[in-house]
Amino acid sequence: MSRLEKRFAQLRAADRAAFVPFLTAGDPDAETAFAILEKLPEAGADVIELGMPFSDPMADGPAIQASSMRALQAGMNVKGTLAMVARFRERDNTTPIVLMGYFNPIHAYGVERFVQDAARAGVDGFIVVDLGPSEDEVLRTPANKADIDIIRLATPTTDAARLPAVLDGAGGYLYYVSVAGVTGTKNVPEEEVRVAVERIRKSTNLPCAVGFGIRTPEQAAAIARIADAAVVGSAIVSGIGAGATAGTPRAQLVEETLSFCESLANAVHKARIKVGV
Amino acid sequence: MTLTSLNTYRSGPDSGGHFGTFGGRYVAETLMPLLLQLEQAYADAQKDPAFQAELDHLLKHYVGRPSPLYFAERLTAYLGGAKIYLKREDLNHTGAHKINNCIGQILLARRMGKTRIIAETGAGQHGVATATVSARFGYPCVVYMGEVDIERQKPNVFRMNLLGAEVRGVSSGSRTLKDAMNEALRDWVANVHDTFYIIGSAAGPHPYPAMVRDFQAVIGKEMREQILEVEGRLPDMLIACVGGGSNAIGMFHPFLDDPDVAICGVEAAGEGVDTPRHAATIGKGTPGVLHGARSYLLQDQDGQIAEAHSISAGLDYPGVGPEHSWLKDVGRVSYQSVTDAEALDAFQKLSSLEGIIPALESSHAIAHAMRVAPSMRKDEVIVINLSGRGDKDIFTAADALGKKI
Repeated sequence: MSRLEKRFAQLRAADRAAFVPFLTAGDPDAETAFAILEKLPEAGADVIELGMPFSDPMADGPAIQASSMRALQAGMNVKGTLAMVARFRERDNTTPIVLMGYFNPIHAYGVERFVQDAARAGVDGFIVVDLGPSEDEVLRTPANKADIDIIRLATPTTDAARLPAVLDGAGGYLYYVSVAGVTGTKNVPEEEVRVAVERIRKSTNLPCAVGFGIRTPEQAAAIARIADAAVVGSAIVSGIGAGATAGTPRAQLVEETLSFCESLANAVHKARIKVGV
Repeated sequence: MTLTSLNTYRSGPDSGGHFGTFGGRYVAETLMPLLLQLEQAYADAQKDPAFQAELDHLLKHYVGRPSPLYFAERLTAYLGGAKIYLKREDLNHTGAHKINNCIGQILLARRMGKTRIIAETGAGQHGVATATVSARFGYPCVVYMGEVDIERQKPNVFRMNLLGAEVRGVSSGSRTLKDAMNEALRDWVANVHDTFYIIGSAAGPHPYPAMVRDFQAVIGKEMREQILEVEGRLPDMLIACVGGGSNAIGMFHPFLDDPDVAICGVEAAGEGVDTPRHAATIGKGTPGVLHGARSYLLQDQDGQIAEAHSISAGLDYPGVGPEHSWLKDVGRVSYQSVTDAEALDAFQKLSSLEGIIPALESSHAIAHAMRVAPSMRKDEVIVINLSGRGDKDIFTAADALGKKI
C-alpha cells in the first residue's frame, strides 16, 4: 500500500478530510522552505503538495507566480526540490509528498532520471499542470513502474464526455479544480463544487481533493464536508511572500506560516464533527 | 504518380497535433475541452463552402488580397546576383500578414458562438490585426502586451485603443511577448465559456499551429501562381523571417514538396548568437515545452525559459512554432540568423533602393537575401516574404541609428 493510499484509508476510517497545504520548494529560500516543510505534519498537514518552480507558470495567479519567482531567484531547481524531499524523508516516512509543477523543468532534467530520483527521494505523486492525459504517457509509464501516482486534474469544464479520459490512468487522488481560472484569484463556489464532486464520485473510487480558491479556515471546513481533501496554496504562499517582502526574521516567518496552516488544518479536521450529538 | 509524391512534408500534424515529436497539446485541463471543440469547429468550417466563401470575400475586399509580388529591380541590380521578388504582405490592411489569420479565426469565433476576443501581441501587429477584426465584427477585445513592448511600440498601442481594444500591460517575467502569452492563457482559462483566444503565431497548443498555418498559407498559394505567371517556373529560394513563424510557414508550406525550391527561415541573432542577447530559438535552443506545445526553446539547463532579445519586437520570443522545429530536424528548411545591425542595414537599404520601408522583422529576411543573392546566378530567383511595413519601427530604428525624431 502506498503512502497516499494508507493516508486516505486512515482518514476515511476516521471520517476526516485531508488538509493539503501547497508550498513552493525554495520559497523564499531553501532553508526557510525546508523549515516550514519539516513542521507541516505537526501543523496538521495530511498530504503535502510541493511546487517545483517554473519561470512561466501560466496556470497560476499572481501569488504562486511570485512564489515561483522568489524560489528561482534563490536558486531552486528540480535537483534542489528532490533534495528537500529526501531530507524530509529522513524524519517522516508517512506523510505523502506530491510534486506539483510544469513539464518543462522535468523535460530538461530528463523524464526517466527525474522519476528515478523522485522515487529515491520518497516522492509519492506528480501533478504536472500542463501534461494532461493525451501527453502524459512519457511520464506515466516510468512513474507507474516506480510506484509514483500520476494525479490528474478535473475542472468545471471537464464534462461527462471528457471525464473518462481524465480518469484513465489517474492515481493517488483526483484533484478537482474548483473554478475555471488560475490559482488564487476567485473564491471557491461551494454549491457548484458539491455537485461536481458528487458527479465525479460516481465515476471513480479515487479520493477527491478540491483546490483553487480556498483561503480561509471557514472555506476549508466547507470543502472538508463535501470532498476528501482541501488544498490550500495561494493563501499560504501569499503569507510567505508578505513576510519575505517585509523582512520578517526566518523563525518568525516559519512560525506564522505554520500557525496559519494549523488553523486551516483544525478547521478541516473538525468540519465533520456533528455538534450536539 | 511518382514515388516521391508519396513522401510529403505537408501531411502534418497527426490527430494529436504532433509534427514528429513536436507540437501536441500541453495545456491546463480547463482548456482541453475547448481545444477539442475548436478542433472540431475548424474541421467543420474547412468543409463548409460558405465559410471559405466568406473568408475569401473578406480577404479580397477588406484585406486587399491578393498582395502583389513585386520585382525589386534596384535591389537586384545593387546585389548583382539572383533576381529578388518581394511578396508584399506589407500592403495588406493593417500593414502586415497578421490579418490573414485574424480574419479566419474571428469567423471561427463567431461560428462557435463566442462573444469576447483576447490576443497577445509582441510588436503590436497581431494586436492591431485582432483589434481590427474585433471592431469589424463588433466584439469586445482585450490585447495583452508586455510593458517593454508597449514602450517600444507606442504607435500600435494607440492604434489598438482607437480600434476599441483594451490593451493590458503585462509586468511579469521579461515583460515581452512570452509573458503576454502567459497572461492571455490565464485570461482564457478564467473566461473559457465566452472567450475566443486569437493566437497570432503558428505556435500554441493544437490546433493553433495548423490552423494559423492554413490561414497564412494564402501567402504561399498566391505567390506560387504569381511567380509562375511572371517567371514561368518556381523560385530557387524562399526567405522569410521566423519569430513564432507564422508568415514563414504560410509562405513555405505550399512549397515544401517542391525539392528544387530551397527554403530558408531567418531568426533574429540580436547582438549575436554567441552573446546571451538573441532570439535564435532554432539555431541555439533545445527542445522543450512552453505555451502548449513541444518545440525548440531558449532555456537554461534547469528548463527555465530564457529571455530572448531582438531589435524587432515581433521576433523577440524564446519559442518557435512546432512545425518549424520539425522542418529543421528533418532538414527540409534551413534556418539562419541575422543580427540587429544587419537587419537595421537591410531596413535602410530597402527603404533607399526601393522606396519600401520594411518592418524590422521582415528586414531580417532581406538581410539574409543580401548575404546570399550576390553569389547566386542572375537567372536564379529569390522570393522574400515582406511580412510587414516598417512605419511602426521608425522610432526604434531612429534610436538605434542615434537619430532624434
